[in-house]
This record gives sequence, C-alpha cells and structure tokens, in this order.
Amino acid sequence: MAPTPARVAIVGAGPAGAFAAACLLRARGDAEIDLFERLPTPWGLLRGGVAPDHQEIKRLQDTFHRETLARGCRFFGDVEVGVDISHAELQRHYTAVIYATGAQTDKTLGIAGEDLPGSWAATEFVAWYNGHPDYRGLEFDLSAKRAVVIGNGNVAADVTRLLTRSPDELGRTDVADHALRALRDSRIEEVVVLGRRGPAQAAFTSAELRELGHLDGVDIRVDAGEIELDAVSREWLAGSGTFTARKNVELLREFAARRPRPDARRRIVLRFLRSPVQIRGTAEVEAIDVRRNEIALAGDGSLRARAVDEDVETIECGLVLRSVGYRAVPLPGVPFDERRFVLPNERGRVFTPAGEPLAGVYAVGWIKRGPTGILGTNKRDAEETVTCLVDDLEAGALPQPPSPGRGPIDALLAERKPGMVTVDGWHAIDGHELERGRGEQRPRVKLASRSELLAAAAAPA
Amino acid sequence: MTYVIAGSCIKDDSCIEVCPVDCIHPKPGAPDFETVEQLYIDPAVCIDCDACVEACPVDAIFAQFEIPAKYEYALDLNDEFFAEASTAERGTR
Repeated sequence: MAPTPARVAIVGAGPAGAFAAACLLRARGDAEIDLFERLPTPWGLLRGGVAPDHQEIKRLQDTFHRETLARGCRFFGDVEVGVDISHAELQRHYTAVIYATGAQTDKTLGIAGEDLPGSWAATEFVAWYNGHPDYRGLEFDLSAKRAVVIGNGNVAADVTRLLTRSPDELGRTDVADHALRALRDSRIEEVVVLGRRGPAQAAFTSAELRELGHLDGVDIRVDAGEIELDAVSREWLAGSGTFTARKNVELLREFAARRPRPDARRRIVLRFLRSPVQIRGTAEVEAIDVRRNEIALAGDGSLRARAVDEDVETIECGLVLRSVGYRAVPLPGVPFDERRFVLPNERGRVFTPAGEPLAGVYAVGWIKRGPTGILGTNKRDAEETVTCLVDDLEAGALPQPPSPGRGPIDALLAERKPGMVTVDGWHAIDGHELERGRGEQRPRVKLASRSELLAAAAAPA
Repeated sequence: MTYVIAGSCIKDDSCIEVCPVDCIHPKPGAPDFETVEQLYIDPAVCIDCDACVEACPVDAIFAQFEIPAKYEYALDLNDEFFAEASTAERGTR
C-alpha cells in the first residue's frame, strides 16, 4: 500500500509561507499543501510591502506561483485562522501546521504625541500605497511642506522615495490609485529622515541609500559635520564594519559634498544622531522635538546611541512616519513568546512555554526568527523548518490527523467561508488587474478593496 | 566579459545553486553571508554561461555590457567587494 501523503496547512501566504511550500514540495512531492491566507490575494509583503517603484522584485511572484500553486498547492484566501477556523480545527485535519504569519504590527516609540493625527506607522503608509484592502480608507494629510520620517532602515527609505518621487514616475507603477491621487496633490517639499545613530550604523542597504541620492528632480542634503565619524565608529568601521556600512559612509560623504540644488522639486534631508523626544501639536502634528545623541560602546560590544545633554531642536512638520521596526502579534490557540515576539521554537519546531515540543506545529519567517533579513533570507529559513518537518514525518512522529483527506476540511470551509478565494479566484483577480494595467501602460492596476477583490475572484472567467 | 548582480538582488541563492564554477559569493554559511546586502559574481572566475541569469527570480543579473543605467555602479561595486580581504581570502582565485 502506498503511504498516505502528508497533509500540511501553511498559515500565511507571504514569502515565508511560499518558500516553505516550495521547499516542502521539493522534499516531498506527494505532500498535499493548503495555503491559508487572511487576504483575498497571496504573496504577502511581496504585494503589500515591496515598494511599487521596485517592480523587478515583484517578479518573484512568478517563481512563487510556478513552485507552489502551479504544482498543486491549494490557496484558501480570505480565510483567517483564529477567526474563521481555529488552530485546533487545523490540527484535526492536517498532519502538520506551519505558521508563516509574519509580524503584523509596528513597534512604538513610546513618546508623547505619538498618537496625534498626522503621526503614523510607516507601515500603514506602505500598506495604503500598496493597496492593502484593510488600509484603503486611511487619509494621509500631505498638505504640509515638511514630513519627518523616523528610522534609517529600508522601510524608511521606501516611504521617503514614495513621498518625493514625481507622480508621473509613480503613475507608471502599480501604486494604488487612491494613493496616486493623493500623492499627485501632495504639497510636501521636504522630507527629513531621522537616524538615531550615526552614518556608520544606518540600516539602509547601500542600494537603497544610493537610490535616495539619484531621484529625478529631488535634492539630497546631508550636513558634513553630522556625518563625521566619532572615534568608536571609525574603529568599528575599519575593523569589523560591514561592506554595506563602508559603502553607506562613502555615499553619505558624496551627498554631503554636493552643492544644494535650488531648482529641485523636492528635497530629502538625512539627519543623524537624532532621537525624537516628543511630537507636538494641539489637534494634529505641528512639529517634532529631537535631541542629539552620541555613539557609545555598550558592554556587549554593540554601538548604541546615548543622549547628549543639551537643548532640543524643534522641526516643524505636518506628517510623521515612524519606521522603527515590525512586531508580531500572538495567534489564538498557539504559544507565544511575549518577550521576543515570536512563536517559541527551535529550528522551526514550535514549543510550549514550558519547553515541550508541540507535535506537528512549525513556524517559518518573521513569526519564527523575528522581523529581520530580506526576502531571500526566508528561503534558508524555510529549508530549516521543512527539514525538521520532513525528519519528523520520517521518524513517524506525526500521526494521521483524526479527519484526514480533503473531504472534511473542504466541507467545513464550504460551510464557514462559501466565498473563499481559491486558486481560480486568485487567477481571476490577477488577470483582471493585469488587464487593467495593460490599458494604462502600467504593470498592474490593483483592486484595493476587499469587496472589489472578492467580486473579481467570483466573476466568471 | 562577466555577469554582474544589481542592487535588486534578494539573496535568494538560486544563482549559487546553478553556478557551475562556484563564482558567486558569499555562499550560505560564509561568515559574511547574512550581513551582505546582495551576492556578487567573481569576474575572474565567471565563464559567462548565463545559468545564473536564467535562475534569478527577480532578473537582477546582467551581462557586463547590458547593465541598465540605474545600476551602472554595479561593476565597480563588484570589483570593490572582491578587493576586500575577507572575500579575497575565499581562495577562489
């Protein structure tokens, strides 16, 4: 008798879930995989996070499609695990469950004024311009002359580009139509980007930083004094500093040496060694107070920002985008490490808080390792998790679930979510968006509300 | 001639898997693999076979003479990467 194929539910169809599905199919071609996704569309941050002016990266979706959906993985879109179906129910129907839910919320700064209207998490702005249906209704006030972006990572770079790039350039991307309309009317002339630490510690990749200095019609200003390296950073850079950090410092020196361009349409000002202390305003954001830092060598060898005692500087602005990192949220019915904001796990095998392995439950991506790394990092991460899963299968550690086969889960979902988006539904959405894109010479025109997406998914081909 | 990887690299290691002469660095497991922002092709070893171009899921790899203007810096950056001691010590040359 042929062995019964493993039935695996992957929760979250973002890059980590897609890489895990592809990897599992390479290891076990007979595995039956169902991808559960809270949104009507797959590929997570590849669709909703990667900036619309970085279309080349979005081509990864073709690989995801070819290696998962085209190989028999099923897609269950608009189904939220923990709401529409519980973890316990998944365990009754699947040999194994892999959580790939990412980090869905933002870290906060913990400063006064953070909740004023006009102060946003940068990821809200990202989700809005990328047409994430849950963020469509947000209204960003772009009528002030200056915006401030807090943070020095690639999300900070993305939102800075989107705020400064010309609407005509953006109009050739798949930026959400509602965002394009708002950005066309934007009166923002200057975007100030605040880095807590110095130029050697900026988390930008040198590719992202270089791009900020080469935007059409956009000036970039860096104060030469502010990027002078302190002794500790100089020593670190020459010794254990990364290639990227050295390139970043070089690029910043080049930017600082440039002459101001009064003819520029907009201006990006990169500030370093500055921490926000409060966001001011009565009814909405009017200004942000920042204080100066210096770099200090911490006991663990890391280079930290330390406040320098002096008066604060006030920067007037009408929009603040905070980009200081993502954070995962607990999932109903599964253990959660409240200190590290991940599912407690060892190489992807999920454990109870008491340190007992939870048979048949795995994690991959940001919910496993925290919000670090780039897209490709998830491939190695998925290989690690899938290796554990396959080892457990081969060791006989994963028994048949009580309700095996596709019949019972399909019946349950038909009852709970009759309008669920399947692979065919996603093809219909995708085809519709691409078709609209062809008409406008754009890569795609996104449907940006849940109702439009669900209607397109249900429309006959 | 050589092929060059541009800044849109996502460090999915598909190119490393297919390279017949092992000229793409750093490799998973190398000390600087996690900290580099992209992978690099060693021009002294590359045999221009095109395999990596086919394998790259985000079309980030270009023939030396076909690099788009926005990535024109990539060739110099590549040279600098291989000029650094950490990578010269890989013993691939």
